[in-house]
Amino acid sequence: MAMTMHQRARLSRGIQYAVLILVALALIALADWPLLIDKVFNPEIAAQQFPGILVVALKNTLIYTLLGFVVGLTGGVVLALMKLSSVAPYRWLATLYIEFFRGVPALLVFLAFGYGIPLAFGFRFNHYVTVMIALGLVAAAYIAESLRAGLQAVPKGQYEAARSLGMSHARAMVTIVIPQALRIVLPPLTNEVILLTKDSSLVYLLGMGVGQYELTKYGREAISGAGAGLTPLVVAGVCYLIITVPLGILTRRFESKTDRMKKS
Amino acid sequence: MSTASSPTPRSGPGGADGLADAASVVVEGLHKSYGSLEVLKGISLSVGAGQVVCLIGPSGSGKSTLLRCVNLLETPQQGRITIGDFEVTDPEADVDRMRRHVGMVFQQFNLFPHLSVLENCTVAQLKVLKRDKAEAQRIARGNLERVGLAEKADSYPDQLSGGQQQRVAIARALSMDPALMLFDEPTSALDPETVGDVLAIMRNLAAEGMTMLVVTHEMEFARDVADKVVFMDGGVVVEEGPAAELIRHPREPRTQAFLSRVLNPTQVQAPER
Repeated sequence: MAMTMHQRARLSRGIQYAVLILVALALIALADWPLLIDKVFNPEIAAQQFPGILVVALKNTLIYTLLGFVVGLTGGVVLALMKLSSVAPYRWLATLYIEFFRGVPALLVFLAFGYGIPLAFGFRFNHYVTVMIALGLVAAAYIAESLRAGLQAVPKGQYEAARSLGMSHARAMVTIVIPQALRIVLPPLTNEVILLTKDSSLVYLLGMGVGQYELTKYGREAISGAGAGLTPLVVAGVCYLIITVPLGILTRRFESKTDRMKKS
Repeated sequence: MSTASSPTPRSGPGGADGLADAASVVVEGLHKSYGSLEVLKGISLSVGAGQVVCLIGPSGSGKSTLLRCVNLLETPQQGRITIGDFEVTDPEADVDRMRRHVGMVFQQFNLFPHLSVLENCTVAQLKVLKRDKAEAQRIARGNLERVGLAEKADSYPDQLSGGQQQRVAIARALSMDPALMLFDEPTSALDPETVGDVLAIMRNLAAEGMTMLVVTHEMEFARDVADKVVFMDGGVVVEEGPAAELIRHPREPRTQAFLSRVLNPTQVQAPER
């Protein structure tokens, strides 16, 4: 039986739709809806999470992320410049650092700072300082790599043109190279903020007071309240999306704006 | 040029050392190598104040490297370069100060893409010469006028054609009131129909008495505008002389071979080497 290419493509599309619909129908038929709604999407329990999950947990997640980002960006800039340095030991140190912290789970870094340091040195940082360092150390490694790539993506001729106009090395970097690098680096940097937002859930490892709960911890604690099911975690998940989705949209908007500025 | 309006005395090769607007250039015994590859093998050359000297020669002959040594974008290993009274190769020399007064125009333009055309022409005036904004903009607009692009002041570089970008690059360099202009194959990356505009501006500059050192493949320009043409090959100066004479009657066989290749490009030639 001969089929034209067009017919074959239509048949293939038809089969794909059929599979999709069948699977969806099967799930709908097999699921125990009353139980599911009661345990996972319970509107009453969801409502109970407010306003606490916003004014305490969402706020703390944002604070932890911001603290981590400040340390991460500062460390990332220093590491990126070290990696591009003409002094070889600086390059080695930066590479060592980046490879180590990119290769080790963030969880491990949290454990080291939460338990290792108090055990080894007999003192404990302030809760927020511990979060800042643990999140920042990991973020710095990733941010450094993004920044280095951005700086190297600016053509050498830009630096040469700036120097040939009498600008010093520092002036050429600040006025000409870094602004162009930042534009290149913005999407990976946003990505890093999104990762940090999620990594901030590891703070639960450190142990903390009720007022310091972030989204994941807040959700977990709410579950252990009588028969709450999974609903609090679903609400926490939605709160993460409230942070991360707009970030993605903002970057895309910034990108298209700079494109428009240059092309219109 | 509008130096009279500059309230602070200029220093470096362009100013306080008692130099006129146009500075001379003297290169003596210049050596430059990259690793084991010797690119310049003892170059000597001079450009009188207000003169135009064109560097010609096959690619890989070291002409661009020589030009880039003059403002120290490349560091020579040996030899001496002086611009006016300013010894560029003196290890104590304030290189940034020298570069303020030495304009450079690149083959790839190298305009700053994140800045408007006007900002391209003011950024170094503001940050390096510390001129105030109104004065810097007035000077920049004057120079954009000079290259025929006054109406493009608020555009961004990638909205311009290659020829227009190169004219902005010239305006950017001129806005620093240079005592010397270096051109590194300024028309090699351009569409043929825009080459003429750039060359016309360079002719005007030459006529106004700017000291110019130009690496170029435009033989007509070299013949008509240059006071002197220097032919380089394999890292040495093979021959130099008055422009018209060298181009019409080259003495050295290597110069003759090169010129007959570039002047009659359609003629079938035996391949080099």
